[in-house]
Amino acid sequence: MSHLDGNALAGAFAETLGIDITAATGRCAGCRQVFELANTRSFVTAMGKVMRCSHCDSVLAVLVSNRQELLANLSGLSWLTLPRP
Amino acid sequence: MSAKSQRRWHIGRVTNIRQETDTAVRLKVEVPTWPGNDPGAHVDVRLTAPDGYQATRSYSIASSGDTTQVVLVVEELPGGEVSPFLTHHLAEGDELEVHGPLGRYFVWTASDPDRSPVQLIAGGSGIVPLFSMASAREREADHADFRLLYSVRTSRDAFFCEELAAMSQTNVNIVHTRESPSGSTRPPGRLTRDEINRSTFPASVRPRIYVCGPTPFVETIAQSLVQLGHEPVQIRTERFGGTS
Repeated sequence: MSHLDGNALAGAFAETLGIDITAATGRCAGCRQVFELANTRSFVTAMGKVMRCSHCDSVLAVLVSNRQELLANLSGLSWLTLPRP
Repeated sequence: MSAKSQRRWHIGRVTNIRQETDTAVRLKVEVPTWPGNDPGAHVDVRLTAPDGYQATRSYSIASSGDTTQVVLVVEELPGGEVSPFLTHHLAEGDELEVHGPLGRYFVWTASDPDRSPVQLIAGGSGIVPLFSMASAREREADHADFRLLYSVRTSRDAFFCEELAAMSQTNVNIVHTRESPSGSTRPPGRLTRDEINRSTFPASVRPRIYVCGPTPFVETIAQSLVQLGHEPVQIRTERFGGTS
């Protein structure tokens, strides 16, 4: 499937974690590159959303929502920074 | 206008539906709790079936400013789950759930002190957020120089034809990839690097560049811009795909 970019995950991150992912900078835990999360490769499916590093393709984050709960796995990011709201 | 931070689900009511092209509709949605939005932002639209099944899709917002009216243009993607409903079955008076405004990265605000020239490059329905930015520029008496390069299959597929033709603050250049309008000297075809070079601000004036379109379009254009000497940090991109 074709990838999109971090902009396509803005709604899911806002809903799950209350943050604007498009304003964030992060570091890949795999290749250590630092980048704007708006520029990552993202995959949107009915099962969930996956953000991958555009440099090394490591999985940075996975978001899944169902009727009961929202799940966020951010283990592929060493850190992320956000401007104060 | 500051960044809008009230990101949550809102209930809107469709007040007007009109055909934008043969395959796309323009929806006006009145959202009483909408905080307004910066030009270039998008919304998630959520549909809920009677059995509780939900489907969510992202659409760029064509309207901007302190308004509770959200204008979307939805292109039908055959075989899709959400867009055929929005283009064929939605009626004036229906309610829609919308989440946003979303995305601070792909926005242009008139309050920004940076007066660098702004280059907008759209592929197909990627025009929507860029139209919003150009419309916001249109409301300012004095601000940055704007140029828009809009690549579209044929003149029948172009969005916002009347509004773009009436713009006085943005230099608008529309190119056609499949069929040129009569009288045009440009043969139909995709944008080339030479053409981008000729019809956009040069790297020497350090324009801020916004590129929106399908993923292959955005990646080709962004690559050409870097080859033409633009710094990657000056290029903002937003990709959309055909999964709706």
